[in-house]
Amino acid sequence: MSVLVYTESDNGSFKKNAFEVASYASEVAKQIGTAVTAISFNSNENEKLGDYGVSKVLNVSSDQLKTFNAKAYARAIVEATKSEDAKVIIVSSSSDTKFLTPIVAAKLGAGYASNVVAAPESTSPFKVKRTVFSNKGFAHTEINTDIKVVGVSNNSFGLVENNTTASIEDFNPVLDDVDFTSKSIEIDKVVGKVTIADADIVVSGGRGLKGPENWEMIEELAEVLGAATACSKPVSDMGWRPHGEHVGQTGKPVASNLYIAIGISGAIQHLAGVSASKTKVVINTDPEAPFFKAADYGIVGDAFEVVPKLIEKLKEFKAQNA
Amino acid sequence: MKILVCISNVPDTTSKINFTDGDTKFDTNGVQFVINPNDEFGLTRAMWFKEKQGATVHIATVGGQSAEPTMRKALAIGADEAIRVNAEPADGYFVAQQLAEVVKNGAYDLVIGGRESIDYNGGMVPGILATLLDMNFVNMCIDLQIDGTNATAVREIDGGKEKIATSLPLVIGCQKGLVDESDLRIPNMRGIMMARKKTLSVVEPIEATVATTDVNFDKPAPKGAVKLVDAANVEELVNLLHNEAKVI
Ligand SMILES: Cc1cc2nc3c(=O)[nH]c(=O)nc-3n(C[C@H](O)[C@H](O)[C@H](O)COP(=O)(O)OP(=O)(O)OC[C@H]3O[C@@H](n4cnc5c(N)ncnc54)[C@H](O)[C@@H]3O)c2cc1C
Ligand SMILES: Nc1ncnc2c1ncn2[C@@H]1O[C@H](COP(=O)(O)O)[C@@H](O)[C@H]1O
Repeated sequence: MSVLVYTESDNGSFKKNAFEVASYASEVAKQIGTAVTAISFNSNENEKLGDYGVSKVLNVSSDQLKTFNAKAYARAIVEATKSEDAKVIIVSSSSDTKFLTPIVAAKLGAGYASNVVAAPESTSPFKVKRTVFSNKGFAHTEINTDIKVVGVSNNSFGLVENNTTASIEDFNPVLDDVDFTSKSIEIDKVVGKVTIADADIVVSGGRGLKGPENWEMIEELAEVLGAATACSKPVSDMGWRPHGEHVGQTGKPVASNLYIAIGISGAIQHLAGVSASKTKVVINTDPEAPFFKAADYGIVGDAFEVVPKLIEKLKEFKAQNA
Repeated sequence: MKILVCISNVPDTTSKINFTDGDTKFDTNGVQFVINPNDEFGLTRAMWFKEKQGATVHIATVGGQSAEPTMRKALAIGADEAIRVNAEPADGYFVAQQLAEVVKNGAYDLVIGGRESIDYNGGMVPGILATLLDMNFVNMCIDLQIDGTNATAVREIDGGKEKIATSLPLVIGCQKGLVDESDLRIPNMRGIMMARKKTLSVVEPIEATVATTDVNFDKPAPKGAVKLVDAANVEELVNLLHNEAKVI
């Protein structure tokens, strides 16, 4: 018996969430007195998983699986679960993972708890804490099935080093043609830019910025901070920014360490999607803007004056701390 | 083409969330229920297929009688028929098994669900449903074109999007972007009148597994007051973020 963790990589390198879910898996394994096996696809750095407590890596290297395919990846994870006799499966909350996990759960008849924010409260019964009602509440949820699937929220558990030597084995799941009835025909992805899902810092702009032409300063602020850019819903509805940047209850969830909201009023639907961020900063001309009630730090002021100054001060800070 | 849209009946996005019965239940007192926003995008796309390509559109909800006003709203928007599975939606696995039965009995070509319900945020029903029925599945779908039995879907990925070629029968989990915001419909008087006459059938649930149980709930601790920094002293914010919050 072991705990299985799906560690996601992109172009051979692990995503940050891979180490977070490995850390989480290692905590679960400790609680139930077993070891962690990871499954990874075409990763070049499997040995790194040992730093986060993984003792065995099943490495799938397959040309057929170079491009993500939810059904085929799910089949591989199911096969690994069976061959390892895993009772707990730990996964992240990335877009790809949220695509494949329901498939894995259904194939195994396993209960799946998503958006889990802490280590299990108990393992028998198996009980986890997860966010519900778009971050407005927490549920303490028991998973009743023999096999349990836990989806860990981004940045909720953090990285915990746990020095182990990981043995690496090749793993060749038997794939089936039925897994490839959906085919990726085009991927349109910004390269060299931090994505909202992976970002430690997110800089977000709202309708207060008046128009798409004013996003240059948002981009620049994001660049200085190594942050991802995001926006409120009306901004993407009006086509000022792409849909993928829209955050909030009906957009992408944000769980970054730092979220900077500029010219965003802080409507309840916006806050619902970003409140899992640890530190929130708001810059808004209106001291009555609801976001000030939800923020940790705030500046009442005009974005067109404050943001350029902030960029300048951050550049000075970076120069001093380089 | 026969389309089923799965509609989850959820608290309005502005609802205050409270728990009752010793924090074991969601307090519905004073809460307004609506069509889950993601499902509304899906329903709107279904209406487009109906009008532009010819399709029959049914909706299904797993829920008690209290879900019926929301279902009537979906009928008023233009769905042809509604099916309610008469059971409390115990968890995502349970709901997916009930919906799978509805899909089997109705021989639908396309099943549209949302990326997630905004109440329990499971994000799992469409994927489990597709797998139980061995249908193709695309999650976080932001565009869908159908040509005969071929389908082209676009899904959101972290940092971009991916176009997928697939085929019917198909299940999608959709989200904002699938339709334009301006295409969302508010039911008019005629729609509301017609909806009253449309069939809303109630079916009993099948025996099914409940895989997870929410034992109890709580709310995040209230936030401390915001620390304001003077607009003339932006440097102070940089200091606070570095020394106090330790995020830069
Ligand atoms: C079903 C539903 C779902 C929704 N989902 C989402 C969601 O997921 N995400 C989301 O964001 N919204 C969502 N909304 C919309 C939400 O209700 C708000 O309308 C929206 O968040 C407002 O966007 P905003 O803050 O950019 O614009 P506004 O509310 O117009 O706020 C603009 C702010 O900018 C400030 N401002 C103006 N000029 C300046 C300046 N020069 N410098 C600094 N500040 C300035 C103003 O004081 C104001 O506070 C949803 C709504 C519904 C009904
Ligand atoms: N009780 C329900 N009845 C009908 N459809 C549902 C129900 N619950 C969830 N769904 C569908 O499944 C999607 C995802 O829900 P969930 O997995 O609960 O986040 C929703 O957007 C709906 O389309």
